[in-house]
Amino acid sequence: MMDTPFSLWVYLSTTPLTWLTLTVAAWIVAGRIASLARGNPIVNPVLIAILLVSGLLLATRTSYESYFQGAQFVHFLLGPTTVAIAVPLYRNRAIVRRNLLPMLVALVAGALVAVSSALAIGAAAGLPKDVLVALAPKSVTAGVAMAITERLGGAPSVTAILVIATGILGAIIVTPLMNAMRITDYAARGFAVGLASHGIGTARAFSVNPIAGLFAGIAMGLNAVVTSILVPIIVQYCL
Amino acid sequence: MPTAGRERSVIQAIGVLLACQLVGEIVARGLGLSVPGPVIGLVLLFVGLVVFGRHLGLGEDTTETSHLDRVSNGLLREFGLFFIPAGAGVVQYLGLVTRHGFGLALALVLSTVLTLVVTVWVFLGVAKWTRPGRPPKA
Repeated sequence: MMDTPFSLWVYLSTTPLTWLTLTVAAWIVAGRIASLARGNPIVNPVLIAILLVSGLLLATRTSYESYFQGAQFVHFLLGPTTVAIAVPLYRNRAIVRRNLLPMLVALVAGALVAVSSALAIGAAAGLPKDVLVALAPKSVTAGVAMAITERLGGAPSVTAILVIATGILGAIIVTPLMNAMRITDYAARGFAVGLASHGIGTARAFSVNPIAGLFAGIAMGLNAVVTSILVPIIVQYCL
Repeated sequence: MPTAGRERSVIQAIGVLLACQLVGEIVARGLGLSVPGPVIGLVLLFVGLVVFGRHLGLGEDTTETSHLDRVSNGLLREFGLFFIPAGAGVVQYLGLVTRHGFGLALALVLSTVLTLVVTVWVFLGVAKWTRPGRPPKA
C-alpha cells in the first residue's frame, strides 16, 4: 500500500527507531571522518556527531523531547559502561596499585582546580550566579554533574551541555598539551584527562593507549565522588 | 563442574553489568549518598572480580578473554557514542550560548587546561617519590 510522503514522515518522526538509527549513523560517519584525519584530536568524533545530530534536529524542526524518545536507548548505556570500567581495572590492578598514592594526591589537587578555576574565571567574565552554579561540576560525568546542580537549585540541563563541552575540549587539548609538556607517562596523561574531562576524555584516552584509558576511567570515577562532595562546599562559601 | 561459574553468554555478561548498576543505584538512593549509582556499581563489580575472578576464569594469569571482557571492551570502545543524546541537548540552549558564549568559552578552556596541567604535574611529582625504580611506562 502506498503512503503519501507526508504520512510516512509523520510515522518516522514519531517512532523512536528513526532518531536512534540516526544517532548511531551520525556516530559511524563521525568515526569515519575522525579516522580519515588519522586521529587528529581536533577532529573529535563526539563533537562531529553532536553537530550532525543537532543540525538535523534544527533543520527538521524536531523537538529535543521527541529526539530523546529514540536516543534515550543510547543515553542509557552511559551507566553500564561506567560499571564496565571495573573489568580493565581488575585486569590491570597491579599497575594501579603501584600508582595509588600519585593518583590520590593528584585527584584532590585536580578536583580543587577544576571547580575553583571555573568559578573564578566565570565570575571574572561576568557570568550570572545561576550559570556559575551550573558550571561548577563541569568536569564530572553528566549524570553526576546534573545531580549536583539540581541539589544546589541550578539548571541540570545547562550543566549537561557544559559537561559535554568540557569533555570535548579536554579530549581535543590533551594530546597536543601533553606532547608540548613532553610527558610520556600514559598513566599520568590518562589520569589527567579523565579527571578534567570525564567519559569523553576517557573515550579519547582509550583510543590513544589502553593504560591511558584505564587511568582516565579511574580518574573519572574518583572525581565523581570527590567533586560531588567539593562543589556544594565551594559554592556555599564562594558564591 | 569446571566451567559452571564462567560467563556462558554475552547476555549473562550484560546482566552482570546491569545488576551491579542496579544495586549501585539502590545503595546510592537508599542511603542518600552523593556518589552516583554507576560508580558504586563499578566498585561492586571490581570487588566481585577480586573475590570471585579466579573462579570465573578471570584470573590474572589467564590469557582467555571472557564474555565480560568482550562486552566491557566493546562498550568502552564506543563510550563517545553514549554522550551524543545529551550533547544534542544544546539545541535547547542556543540562547544561553549566544548570551554567555564568550564567558563560558573562556572559563571552560582555561579551567580545562589548568586542570590538566596541575593534575599531571602533581601525579608525576608524587610518582617520582613513590616509584623508586621509576619505570618510564610508555
